[in-house]
Amino acid sequence: MAHIELKGITKTFGNHTALKNLNIDIADGEFFVLLGQTGAGKTTTLRLIAGLEKPTAGQIFIDGQDVADWGAAERDVALVLQQYSLYPRYTVRENLEFPLKSRIRRVEQAEIKERVDRVAKTLRIEHLLDRKTDRLSGGEMQRVSIGRAIVRKPRVFLMDEPLSALDAKLREALRTELKNLQMNLGATFLFVTHDQIEAMSMGDKIGVLNNGQLVQMGTPQEIYRNPVNTFVARAVGSPPMNLIAGTLAGGEAVASEGYRLPFGYGHGIAMDGRPLTFGIRPEDLFLDSGAPGEARVHDVENHGVEKIVTLRTGEKFIHATVPAQTVLQIEDTVRFSWNPEKVVLFDSGSGVSLRHAG
Amino acid sequence: MATAVMTSLDTKSRSASRGMSDIRIRNLFIIPTILFLIVFNIFPLIYSLGYSFTDFRASSNAPANFVGLQNYRALLNDPFIWLNFAITAKYVIISVTGQVIVGFGTAMLLNRDIPLKGLLTTLLLLPMMLSMAVVGLFWKLLYDPSFGIINYTFGLGSFEWLSNPDMALYAVAITDIWMWSPFVMLLSLAGLSAVPKHLYEAAAIDRAGPFYTFFRITLPLVAPILMIAIIFRTMEAFKTFDLAYILTSQPTTEVISIRLYKMAFQEWQTGRSCALAYIVLIMVLAITNIYVKYLNKVKER
Repeated sequence: MAHIELKGITKTFGNHTALKNLNIDIADGEFFVLLGQTGAGKTTTLRLIAGLEKPTAGQIFIDGQDVADWGAAERDVALVLQQYSLYPRYTVRENLEFPLKSRIRRVEQAEIKERVDRVAKTLRIEHLLDRKTDRLSGGEMQRVSIGRAIVRKPRVFLMDEPLSALDAKLREALRTELKNLQMNLGATFLFVTHDQIEAMSMGDKIGVLNNGQLVQMGTPQEIYRNPVNTFVARAVGSPPMNLIAGTLAGGEAVASEGYRLPFGYGHGIAMDGRPLTFGIRPEDLFLDSGAPGEARVHDVENHGVEKIVTLRTGEKFIHATVPAQTVLQIEDTVRFSWNPEKVVLFDSGSGVSLRHAG
Repeated sequence: MATAVMTSLDTKSRSASRGMSDIRIRNLFIIPTILFLIVFNIFPLIYSLGYSFTDFRASSNAPANFVGLQNYRALLNDPFIWLNFAITAKYVIISVTGQVIVGFGTAMLLNRDIPLKGLLTTLLLLPMMLSMAVVGLFWKLLYDPSFGIINYTFGLGSFEWLSNPDMALYAVAITDIWMWSPFVMLLSLAGLSAVPKHLYEAAAIDRAGPFYTFFRITLPLVAPILMIAIIFRTMEAFKTFDLAYILTSQPTTEVISIRLYKMAFQEWQTGRSCALAYIVLIMVLAITNIYVKYLNKVKER
């Protein structure tokens, strides 16, 4: 198992800069999730760590050793790709045996069998062992592909959106399985995804990547509660954080659409009149007949345990989660307020959180 | 079935405005080809089958007498014919093996990012596009013991390539390898570039060495298309005539088609040569069938 450190990594492809001065530190045994949209540089980061690409600038350390001159084989990492990359024409067993049979690492035949069987049991693919890989379903292929990674006991697991090609039910099941697997193995995982739910539910730590730059790094809680800027605020959480433009005036937040919500003093960092963006999570908004804000119900989504209400305030929409038993009709006029302590202030020009800007 | 596969004609197309139906267009394309095949292939094939049971000689006016299986019996009992077959087999093995090694090797070298790859590939394909007769004449000059460039380059003095009975067959095979390796290379290149790159990456991550990767990933994936190249080249090599005929007249290079040619057009044993042609045909069919069976097995895996 290993500790991974990226220092000032920059990677360019021709004129295109994929990664800009990236610094990431992944502790031993940590489940680190890189979250970002398509083209943010997530896959490039993985490939750099795996040794399939060379960085344009910067250094990569595995267990404190600079691995710049190491090939993919020497780095001893496992990579699970989105397209599975199973070896065609071979059975599942042969695929699982593949990493153990190369000449670099000699493993006894009996041990190979034992390890393959154990992995198959862990991933519940024992009944598929003698099947050819082209006769497997997507979920089964992905399990085999994960199996091929864990059969070898590598130092680091790199996973490139391994679940994104699967259907929702299977994705949920494998999500839990992967997390359990990581805890059982105590291994270092670097998991790449564009799905914030995966990031939130699996990661010990999340790194949010945008346009090749690391925007924020922290625990899921930190990122959710205290996003560094409006990009992270919108990227994490479903429905995303509400962003309301406005100013502060006399201890109240004045939305640009006119309504006023309580804010209180004591934040000290924002002065009255400065253009701001108020960030508030849907669950920190509430409906109350005596509340100061007024809006109309635009849409109601029933999620069983709760309802997500879309409120229309003039031209803008905001989301609020309310208990499932709340009775609401579309176009009802409702009054709402927020929990002032949960509000995150962003500078409306730069979008940076005032807490982070200091 | 054939009509079901064809897409129907766009109502606005020119053919449609001329009032041609799908079936008429199909016939327009297919009938000339079928006629051609019948006149030049099927008819002679059947006609010669008839001759193979007679003592017909195209050089005389004597009527052809039916002799039953006499021609076949005589041919199969003739040790010289078997010698010709043995020479042919040796030639096929040397030349096809050589072509696969050289062709596949070149393909492996070309299957990477190198500058001027397109131009290089095209240039390497040139030998294949030349006429057999021209290649034969050229190589005869190259092999020449007194002023040939091959002996000059390798400093072999006046080594006799073509007039040395032990060497002549190899000389012919080398020429054939030079000419047809590009064909194997082209097909192998197509097969190699179809191997997904991520498989190699996965293998690198799985710490497989270069040989292991080659034998476990590259070769199995290229095998079907390589088999097709081998089938074509075996069939061609089996019926080689021009190269061997032009380059040398050694008895050690008398492959079966040269024997056939001599029998038919120098000795004028038309009936017997028809029978020999049939024996060759059956052999080629048999060999091809074995290959195709193997090809299907390779594909299934």
